[in-house]
Amino acid sequence: MSYLELLKLAAPEAIVVVTALAVLTVGLTSTRAKALCPIVAAIGTAVAIGAVLMLPSHANLFGGMLVISPLNSLFKIICLVLALVTVPLASSEKSLRNPGEYIAVLLLGAVGLMLLVGSEEFLMIFIGLELLGLSLYVMAAFDKSDVRSAEAGLKYFLFGSTASAFTLFGISFVYGMAGTTALAAIGQKLAAGPVQPLLAVGIVMTLIGFAFKIAAAPFHLWAPDAYQGAPIPSAAFIASGSKVASFVVLGKIVLVGFAPARGSADWHAMLAGWSPVLAVLAALSILLGNFVALAQANVRRLLAYSAVAHGGYTLLGIIAGGRDGFSATLFYTSIYAVTLVGAFAVVGVVRRESGGDDLQNFAGLAARSPFLAASMSIFLLSLAGLPPLAGFFGKFYLFSAAFRAGGNHGLLWLVALALFGSFVSLYYYLIVLKVIFVDQRSSSTLQPGQSNAGAARTSDFNVSTSLDLFSRITVTLLAAAVLFLGLMPQTLAARILASLP
Amino acid sequence: MIAWTIYVTFAGAIVLLVLPRVFARWLALVTAIAGFAIGVATFCQHDVDLAHFRTVVRVPWVPALGMNYHLALDGISLTLVLVTGIAAISAVLFSWDVTDRANEFFFWLLLVVGGSYGVFLSADLFLLFLFYELVIVPKYFLIAIFGSTNKEYGAMKLTLYSFFGGALVFLGIIAIYVTGGSLDLNQLAQFQFTPQLQSWAFPILFLGFAVLAGIWPLHTWAPTGHVAAPTAGSMLLAGIVMKLGAYGALRVAMNLFPQGFQMWRTTIAVLAVVGIVYAAAVALRQRDLKFVIGYSSVSHMGFVLLGFATANVFGVSGAVLQMFSHGVIGALLFAVAGRMIYRRTRTRELDALSGMNLSRALPFAAFTFVVASAASMGIPGFSGFAAEITILIGAWKSYPLAVWITGAGMVLVAAFTLRALKRSFFDVDLANTAAAPPEMEPITIPEKLGAGLLMFATLAVGLYPKLLLDRIQPAVEAMRFLK
Repeated sequence: MSYLELLKLAAPEAIVVVTALAVLTVGLTSTRAKALCPIVAAIGTAVAIGAVLMLPSHANLFGGMLVISPLNSLFKIICLVLALVTVPLASSEKSLRNPGEYIAVLLLGAVGLMLLVGSEEFLMIFIGLELLGLSLYVMAAFDKSDVRSAEAGLKYFLFGSTASAFTLFGISFVYGMAGTTALAAIGQKLAAGPVQPLLAVGIVMTLIGFAFKIAAAPFHLWAPDAYQGAPIPSAAFIASGSKVASFVVLGKIVLVGFAPARGSADWHAMLAGWSPVLAVLAALSILLGNFVALAQANVRRLLAYSAVAHGGYTLLGIIAGGRDGFSATLFYTSIYAVTLVGAFAVVGVVRRESGGDDLQNFAGLAARSPFLAASMSIFLLSLAGLPPLAGFFGKFYLFSAAFRAGGNHGLLWLVALALFGSFVSLYYYLIVLKVIFVDQRSSSTLQPGQSNAGAARTSDFNVSTSLDLFSRITVTLLAAAVLFLGLMPQTLAARILASLP
Repeated sequence: MIAWTIYVTFAGAIVLLVLPRVFARWLALVTAIAGFAIGVATFCQHDVDLAHFRTVVRVPWVPALGMNYHLALDGISLTLVLVTGIAAISAVLFSWDVTDRANEFFFWLLLVVGGSYGVFLSADLFLLFLFYELVIVPKYFLIAIFGSTNKEYGAMKLTLYSFFGGALVFLGIIAIYVTGGSLDLNQLAQFQFTPQLQSWAFPILFLGFAVLAGIWPLHTWAPTGHVAAPTAGSMLLAGIVMKLGAYGALRVAMNLFPQGFQMWRTTIAVLAVVGIVYAAAVALRQRDLKFVIGYSSVSHMGFVLLGFATANVFGVSGAVLQMFSHGVIGALLFAVAGRMIYRRTRTRELDALSGMNLSRALPFAAFTFVVASAASMGIPGFSGFAAEITILIGAWKSYPLAVWITGAGMVLVAAFTLRALKRSFFDVDLANTAAAPPEMEPITIPEKLGAGLLMFATLAVGLYPKLLLDRIQPAVEAMRFLK
């Protein structure tokens, strides 16, 4: 294996790293050049996507450290696209004083995503997890003028590093049992049959780190503060890219690495293994996320709790297992990520124009900006799972896969719970839409603290600044994507299915 | 050709969003008329086989999961497409005065109509469910933005009930899809589901659909929703949306799970009879005219469920005819209460109306309300009579006791209808007869046209029910649960 060959296979990652450095340099040169940063980043990301497309269809380096397969390539592209749509959000955000640095960190986070997605070996996965984590901690705390941002960063960091420690601990247990860190080899070494206590500890510890990443209850406590306090693009990236990659890796770890220790989450035949663990996480997330979201008055917190619930739904596919279940999970998490970036983009525009992101700031949005209101309703209704949007098909795919799995519809309890959860969720999504479409905006509802700045900015509400133009274009594209994937789910679902062995 | 009802309606809805406001109502009217005209044209064709659920369009949609864009038509679907068209036209005519956010109003309205066409014509279970859920959100906005009395509460309640029913249906459909291995309704109708599955999946699916049909005790969304909705909204709710639930219960739950249906049909009959009598009794005590009509809707939909429960050709055909009939009569009653009266008097309180001498102030409204009430009470000559008598004949074969109880219920229906009629229009204050009737804006031409269309429909079907029954009955006979 020559270095040249390695570089060829790792070209996408290398390109993104080089782009990150380039953006950093451009950002440092002069104040005027700062405007170029997003453009450089966008070009670099686009080139990296091209490089992913040029990769061979199969390759395996260093016992799974860098694996190239159709699935990994597809999700590298999806992660890059998610980073790409986050860039315009970052360029619209005025509170980020050093856009060059911010975007460079974002790109490094994207490299972390690609490493996560592209490896099937525990050490490399852990490195990817840490690279991603560190970037995200910095991104969450980036807005130095806002104490909430610091809080978000600190909380995310403290919870995240603890969770990473657990995962590393768990990995070491698994390594001790199997004598290898490659997932495929672990899957072969672990004996089928009842799960030994030591392995059980290892599995549970390993899963904790991922439960943290996907914000599954009870490891979700960081999410509301991070979603609410972090700068909008950071929150969007945490909610989208980080989640997608985590689900891809989580699926690979449990379905390939821990395949023999599956256990059973069927209600009539519970068996120790990872699937009951995930089932409990899923059930808790669905219940807690949906019920707590009911009480939120801040749209970003609401999205955070709904993200907890959605993490729970998405786990259903992994618990169901098999090609069907995993592809349903991958489909759902992808469309969820697209939807959430869009929702955050809308929140970002509203925040800049009305000075906050509480429910009352959305009052009368339909009258002020019908276009943003329509996009937001597309995103929220897709999250609620209403047709003809992507979330509707996603839920059908996911729940039918879960229903099919197990003997005698053993996962029926989870499917019923998830349906109940999505019934509850419609209420809070509708409350947001009610505020947008039905309520009238009155200046007295604004908080005293923000009224001055808010009123000054709202006076020229309809004059969209050139900065917001990028955000608006992104919102349009994402809303169109959500609608398109709802009408033509085949385009993505068939690709995911085809890429799974 | 019938598939164009869906396309035309959705296309109209989308064009509405970009067109200036002045054209909104005209475009909505043209769209609604086009949809109805396509339905009528199909109705007049004699070479269409209405006895079987014949495929009209079938295009692969998501081949990986076996989903097709698959539309089909039989007599039951066609009947409901027709009532959808009638209700849509009259709903547009009765919202001729909507000027505030008119584009949005007619957009939501047409989405409800288009989604309903879609449900009635879908032959793919996923597609049917897609259209079914598509209708939920437009209803919410129609009521929450444009409604009256307690509109946000009513809208939310209605939406959550619908979505709750939707979640049950979702579960049932997944069960069908996974065990039956297909989503094609015609293929599934040949599939033998295990009795164990049918015993639990049928009640879930049926109840899920029946929530929208106003089954007792999950009917409470209907009166509050109807009252909160704008006139066109109530007309669509009563005229179409409640039929979606009943149609789904018939086409999906009963047709695919015949054994489950046999196990549960007595329960359904009991719930239906309780619903008929209970809702009629409650209607008797209401002060708000729209609440009276809202409960009467629940009562009338109880007849549909009773017809289903009979499990014979008479009962089920009668139920389908009742869906048509109530769609027309319910829309007419709401049109009078919501538009003709409320718009002019600003009140729907029966006590307040009784002093207004409305029969002299609004003679056309009085005439329309008399016709609608007569039809609602089941006076021979109107569609309500034809439908209910057919259902009761069917019920006599299966549940004679139910017929006796329902007969008592019909007396209550007559009682509350007459009470509402008298209090609202004919409570003439004897001491005050000489006084001139209060000045009111005369009934407008769109209102007359809309009311005329609805009255014509109920009268035509009432006088010659064979017109529809001849098309409904063969389609019902082809259903599996009758064999």
